[in-house]
Amino acid sequence: MRHLLLNSLLSGPLTEAAPAADEIATLAASLGVAAQTRLGRSLAIREVDAGSCNACELEIHALSNAFYDVERFGLKFVASPRHADVLLVTGPVAKNMAEALKRTYDATPAPKWVVAAGDCAINGGVFAGSYAVAGGVEAVLPVDLRIPGCPPSPVALLKGLLVLLDTANSPASRSGR
Amino acid sequence: MQSLSALLSAGTRRQGCRPWPRAILEAGDWSALAAHLAQGRFTLVSLWGDADAVHMALLDEATGEAGIATCLCPDRRFPSVGRIHPPAQRLERAVQDLYGLTPDHASDPRPWLDHGRWGITAPLGRAAPAAPAAPYAFLAAEGAALHQIPVGPVHAGIIEPGHFRFTCHGETVVRLEERLGYVHRGIEGLMGGASIEEAARLAGRISGDSAVAFALAFARAVEAARGIAAPARAIWLRALAAELERLANHFGDVGAICNDAAFALMLAHCGVLRERCLRACDIAFGHRLMMDVAIPGGVAMDLGPEGVSALRALVTTARAAFPELVRLYDETTSIQDRTVGTGIVKEALVRRFGAGGFVGRASGRAFDARRVQPYPPYNQMPFSIPVRTDGDVNARIWIRILEIEESLSLVTRLLDTLPAGPIQVPMEAGPGEGVALVEGFRGDVFAYVRLDGEGRVARAHLRDPSWFQWPLLEAAIEGNIVADFPLCNKSFNCSYAGHDL
Repeated sequence: MRHLLLNSLLSGPLTEAAPAADEIATLAASLGVAAQTRLGRSLAIREVDAGSCNACELEIHALSNAFYDVERFGLKFVASPRHADVLLVTGPVAKNMAEALKRTYDATPAPKWVVAAGDCAINGGVFAGSYAVAGGVEAVLPVDLRIPGCPPSPVALLKGLLVLLDTANSPASRSGR
Repeated sequence: MQSLSALLSAGTRRQGCRPWPRAILEAGDWSALAAHLAQGRFTLVSLWGDADAVHMALLDEATGEAGIATCLCPDRRFPSVGRIHPPAQRLERAVQDLYGLTPDHASDPRPWLDHGRWGITAPLGRAAPAAPAAPYAFLAAEGAALHQIPVGPVHAGIIEPGHFRFTCHGETVVRLEERLGYVHRGIEGLMGGASIEEAARLAGRISGDSAVAFALAFARAVEAARGIAAPARAIWLRALAAELERLANHFGDVGAICNDAAFALMLAHCGVLRERCLRACDIAFGHRLMMDVAIPGGVAMDLGPEGVSALRALVTTARAAFPELVRLYDETTSIQDRTVGTGIVKEALVRRFGAGGFVGRASGRAFDARRVQPYPPYNQMPFSIPVRTDGDVNARIWIRILEIEESLSLVTRLLDTLPAGPIQVPMEAGPGEGVALVEGFRGDVFAYVRLDGEGRVARAHLRDPSWFQWPLLEAAIEGNIVADFPLCNKSFNCSYAGHDL
């Protein structure tokens, strides 16, 4: 173990530079300034799989690896909706998950924001039209931000989440939901 | 003793199902097959519904012989197999939910995938408006000192949804009951009537961690149905993608299992290897999880020189880094203390359930679809199948470690022997029926496809390996403490999406 730790110490970090500010500007414009002002530099995220194929979860997991190191931005995945500012929802919302998703949302204290991650969460994706899916997060919850992709890459997810942080000196206005 | 083909020949042979024969059996002969399953003569590969019939695929592991039995259900009932062979129980409950075909005298008549949320019953059979569903009755465990812990469907971590009902005596689990179906998306319903291309895209999204395995199983079943073979270069590229998928998942699993015992250092290092693997896949195949790479008729894109170098570099890096991580795992007593002797599954149980993948191979069942139902290129390429008999969390980690070494070697050999030539053959519309069994990272994925004459899928069924692994998790945790459940669960790493479909 000592050898491994020493090597890691000497070889320098694998963590890569943050996405450039202009890369996230387009997404930021879609969000409005309130969330950014409210959330400042820290964000507690509760991930909810609402019928995803698990590909989105794999890429959300990757955000925590050494290359992306999501916690350096103040983004933290939390175990309970009670601790969350943001619900990061994946999947077309299987009807069997709709109530659990709604109850998770209701358990999250306001102000709160909902991010639909992945094509399925945005409009049902390849599963749209099935008897078993609601057809996107919006069918069940109000959605504040959409991150497309099948699945979205970790960089795409990171850009999307950074939009929620205070990236601009924006004036305070309306409060979140 | 009668062979499987002799038993199937009692029925009416259906022409055209390839490569496994399919026969329509009378109810009595169907039940006789069920009795053979219960005696352990054959392994149940899958059991699935159709408009007015139910099918089951069986395998004779001793001879490699396989076949499909069909029981017609004019009165919408069929003799239950699960009544005497428990591995069929959840599959039969799913048939009841989706097709409205009732297994007679079933020992567990509760719904499985149908949670009463679809607004209809039997969505793939004679759909009818649903009445309000009764509350789900969990199995009882009685005793003054027992308490229950309900967990899920929304879990604390970033994982898929499912419900676990623990009944405990102090810290010790006396019964775990799983309730699944939360991520049922109706994929088999969407596939019926879809074009082959649309169905192939869906197959790749049944379980995102097994995108290649499912797409490959579907593609090979379609090719079998049409009697065509993908070109040699495509076969090599598919195998390459399948081995890379195995590597990425095994790297992730080894780290994640250790992390569930709070050994975060392994997760950090294995996470780096997994990420390097996904990045190499992205360069080689244009998608980190290699979705839509394997398609009926071949592969969607060729591998360029840049991809070859990325994959060779990955092998070099992994070969340099991984052995030290294995040493770290093997020489750290605090992690060994958690994994050794925890969550033991007995060999008799994995054999009875036909559990594949690391769950089966860690408990003495040396089953690997690449070997038992050999398909190219594996029939021309020697490789070893690691097997252990201790059946605990440690054994399931070690199977993965040894398979990583094997897959690294296979990737190198596949690159060394990659044939030149075309990567696709055209798929012409036409009827047919085909099956395929493919070894994914988690175990054997089974696919059955029936095509109509116009290039569309009439019926497709894909069976995730988890169907025969989830029930064993309930057995593995019995007598262990609640705190070891995450460790046991992650060492199984069953799929929710693949199972719920």
